[in-house]
Amino acid sequence: MISLLDIIGPVMVGPSSSHTAGACRIGLFARGLLDGSPETAQVELHGSFARTGVGHGTDRAIAGGLLGFFPDDERLRESLELAEKAGLVITFTNAKLRGDHHPNTARISLGREGQQAVVTGSSLGAGRVLITNVNGFPVEVTGAFPALVFVAQDVPGIVAAVTTVLARQGDNIATLRVSRRRKGGDAIHIYELDQPVSAAALNALRALPAISSLHAIPRIA
Amino acid sequence: MFEALLEAVEQAEQEGISLGELALRTEAEKGLKTRAEIETALQRALDVMRGAVSRGLQGDLRSVSGLVGGDALLLANAVGPLKGTVFTDALAAALAVQEVNAAMGVIVAAPTAGGAGVLPGLMLGLAKHHHFTDVELVRALATAGLVGAVVASRASLSGAEGGCQAETGAAAGMAAAAGVELLGGSPTAAMHAVALTMQGTLGLICDPLGGLVEVPCVYRNATGAAMALAGIEMALAGVRFPIPVDEVIDTMGEIGRTMDVRYRETAGGGLAATPTGRKLAKGRLVQLKKGQG
Repeated sequence: MISLLDIIGPVMVGPSSSHTAGACRIGLFARGLLDGSPETAQVELHGSFARTGVGHGTDRAIAGGLLGFFPDDERLRESLELAEKAGLVITFTNAKLRGDHHPNTARISLGREGQQAVVTGSSLGAGRVLITNVNGFPVEVTGAFPALVFVAQDVPGIVAAVTTVLARQGDNIATLRVSRRRKGGDAIHIYELDQPVSAAALNALRALPAISSLHAIPRIA
Repeated sequence: MFEALLEAVEQAEQEGISLGELALRTEAEKGLKTRAEIETALQRALDVMRGAVSRGLQGDLRSVSGLVGGDALLLANAVGPLKGTVFTDALAAALAVQEVNAAMGVIVAAPTAGGAGVLPGLMLGLAKHHHFTDVELVRALATAGLVGAVVASRASLSGAEGGCQAETGAAAGMAAAAGVELLGGSPTAAMHAVALTMQGTLGLICDPLGGLVEVPCVYRNATGAAMALAGIEMALAGVRFPIPVDEVIDTMGEIGRTMDVRYRETAGGGLAATPTGRKLAKGRLVQLKKGQG
């Protein structure tokens, strides 16, 4: 559902809501799938991102997002230099991603101390984004809510266990999506919450044996 | 929000409230943000818009590529037949915001960054000649937001999807509704101002040199504000556009969907593909890539 503040906003560093602000948000989301700042990033730019990205600062915006800068942060202008100082080795390539993608799409592969994350996201216009794939799992996340992302074994009872933990801490769920690549394989769970997940709930969730790669991703939009 | 502008206008007329008031109420009723939070966010948007206008009017900014800058100040000192009027002040403010945007400064996407100059240009240009309170200006931003939300749900707000008609065209329609409301016109008059404005931007292509949001984007924001002023003037005079506004918006969407990809932000056609357009872009893009090491 489109909000008034999607239309009058975001407050952002120019020049393009789709190629700068949206690109920054895709970077921010990807960063959230690691336990800290990424050390390596391979960014594949697709469609209009590939054709006109440099002039729109798409590269700077994604690099800024990977450093944790939001779209209104004036440091986006110098983010490539700041990334180098922060020890983030980042490469940009133009790519034709397979499948049906929005014209403004990027795939970002991140690495940090043995951790990896691959995120595909599209910038839909007016700064709105849609994350369409996380680590090979098809997803649909807008980033308009704080999110809880984890991988779980494809066995019964996971959702019940997680929602019990969240309910006990008073964390309200806005949306919930589970997706798997095949029956009996791992499934990715994405819970969008009304408030950032509480530390107590995070600790309780980490203790669940069937869950791995748990990350709390802040609201990016 | 609403999927048809007519539906919103009928409700506002029935309840005897402005479109902006209706937009604020409807947004708060969704329950995601309180009315106070929404108004605070819109007030911040208004403050950022004012900041961008005054920053741009200093006249010393150059865009990232160096292609644009300094034109807002020229308009602020206009010498033509419309000097010192709302018209030139709106154009100057629209250019100012876009010059800030092209220099990677802070602006409010309204609805997008590429069209971010039209709405503040129109509203703050008007405000130079009329006294509006911040409460009224914030409500007018909500009016513009309501119109933009209808355009987003029926057509598109993305130049890559629908050409410039979806960016500065939509922004002009939004600004027209905001302007009519600020000047005391009815929701029905605001609706006709949107239709009268957007019929004039139908088919507008997105053809930025080198894909940069610079040429012609900066100038399209000024002409977008001019188109909004035309719509406002006609609607306030009682002109009623024969095609319903929602059908005008649908037409924009349909034109966008069938528009050749060269005219949708790819820099493959239009002014971007002219001999001079290509030459300017080539030189600037090479410089940009070098500058980024």
